[in-house]
Amino acid sequence: MTTDTTTKSQEAAAVPPPGRASGKKRVQQGHKRLLTRRDRITLAFMAGVPTVLHVLLVWVTALASILLAFTSWDGIGFDSIKWVGLDNFQQLFNDNPQFWPAVQHNVIWFVVLILLPTPFGLFLAVQLDKKIRFSRVYQTAFFLPVVISLACIGFVWQLIYNPDTGLINSLIGANKPGHYIDWIGDPNLNLWAVLVAASWRHTGYMMILYLAGLKSVDPSLREASALDGANEWQTFKNVIFPTLRPTNTIVLVVTIIESLRAFDLVFVFNKGAQGTELLSILVTNNIIGESSRIGYGSAIAVVLLFISLIVIIPYLIATFRKERRA
Amino acid sequence: MSTVSALPKQRNPIRPARVLLHTFLALTALAWLAPLLWAIFSALRPYSETSNRGYVSWPHTLNFDNFKNAFEQSDMTHYFMNTLVIAVPAVLLTLFLSSMVAFYVARFDFRVNLFLLLVFTAGNLLPQQVIITPLYRMYLLTNLPGITASGKLYDSALGLVLIHVAFQSGFCAFVLSNYMRSLPHELTEAALVDGASVWRLYWQITLPLCKPAMAALATLLSIWIYNDFFWALVLISTGENMPITSALNNLSGQYFTDPNLVAAGSLLTAIPTLLVYFALQKQFVSGLTLGSAKG
Repeated sequence: MTTDTTTKSQEAAAVPPPGRASGKKRVQQGHKRLLTRRDRITLAFMAGVPTVLHVLLVWVTALASILLAFTSWDGIGFDSIKWVGLDNFQQLFNDNPQFWPAVQHNVIWFVVLILLPTPFGLFLAVQLDKKIRFSRVYQTAFFLPVVISLACIGFVWQLIYNPDTGLINSLIGANKPGHYIDWIGDPNLNLWAVLVAASWRHTGYMMILYLAGLKSVDPSLREASALDGANEWQTFKNVIFPTLRPTNTIVLVVTIIESLRAFDLVFVFNKGAQGTELLSILVTNNIIGESSRIGYGSAIAVVLLFISLIVIIPYLIATFRKERRA
Repeated sequence: MSTVSALPKQRNPIRPARVLLHTFLALTALAWLAPLLWAIFSALRPYSETSNRGYVSWPHTLNFDNFKNAFEQSDMTHYFMNTLVIAVPAVLLTLFLSSMVAFYVARFDFRVNLFLLLVFTAGNLLPQQVIITPLYRMYLLTNLPGITASGKLYDSALGLVLIHVAFQSGFCAFVLSNYMRSLPHELTEAALVDGASVWRLYWQITLPLCKPAMAALATLLSIWIYNDFFWALVLISTGENMPITSALNNLSGQYFTDPNLVAAGSLLTAIPTLLVYFALQKQFVSGLTLGSAKG
């Protein structure tokens, strides 16, 4: 809380919030008048170079995805681009046996992450925020999976799930022919198996985000609640959790984006074989697979983009509205 | 989720609730480390022993042979160098470029800057797969004879550096502009009145004040870029040119018959990130929460 207030007051000193429009304008004009021609050129470069790079590689390509989704193209010459209207989407929705399972798996991915590791991460954060001994050691243990690459995590969990040599089957004696439980290959099991690994990682991430959020909760709130005779659960439910709202928003956005981006773990685990199809996997297989169809791959990407924007736009509006007010 | 302790009583130093909490946390932490410990255990055992006696068995021999073999057989030094060649310029360039944008957005109230920040922040939130198909084509169509070994952006370290910089600068610009906004405005204003150039304002006055944020972001970026799997998987075709994390996928194919070797190989790739994390834990965590603290 202390750091929070200081930054806020500094900001307040820099940009007076009440009647900010006029105050801001004066600062702005003051700045502008002092700028020389050379300064203006410098500024144009400072903002221009990074923007061009970012826009060219991220936004132009995102727009190109949308345009290409309505075309068929062999990728060789630009003159071979043919407008095909909604053909790609029609094929995708009606004829691709992997598409709807992929959408479903992306949704399941999100639902599992938000229902299990996220509350558990919050629970751990609340426990670790109690100024207990060894808090750092525990935090490190829970956070370690977030630091290691998802590819590496995929290999580590293969050692656990491998039907012949893995830990689980060795322990329960299911590694003999005829008794196999194929955690990686069985389409009824493999998504859940990989979700255990994903949740394992997500918990630590959520814990760190919530720990940061909890640090900014005013301790006097807690004291006041305790004095009022509230027990720990009541204090958390009625006092702490409502003040964590900004963190909850971040957590929600991060979890949705992570569910849409989910790729590395599944790719390493079983290359997105039957049972673990994801939209990201379909897009990628379309590129690195044998029959690369640019328009078709872009159509899948557009579905992914569309879902992302449903999340990104409200989040940005909320964030930047706050920023303007600040 | 049940609550663990009731009202705190400060007189009694050892409370049953605390003991319970510690037991719970210690066991959970151990469970969290178990997959990694299992990988280490497997990697330390020779293949012959585990294939004869099974993986869940008392170890007779524990040694680093698998690590040594994985490292030498797959020429890991080469792939670590590939990563270094990509990650170092990518981290430095990302910080340099995004701090310039952040400076522009935070310090000058031009009309475009909110929009600019919006573009960068939103770009960073897109899933990579949204842009990969056109990006892949763009990289294939960009001819750079004499500049990259492949003659294209595709299959080159330069191509990977560029996409890392473009993609990560979104997050960094957002975090840094928030950080710079919290610095007192008077500092730059006074210098501006004294006739300092905009570049001096940025390079000599603003940047040194941003050191904590820059250090946090540098740590975070190093680990993220090191851990990248996707960009290199798609944008690099020659196995030789892959950075270590993506190369792991091919390497594991080479010795797939020996899970102990795979375990050792993948653990080796995790060592640099773990070293960075343990050395700069504070920076890493603060970097991760910097972006969200304000949200």
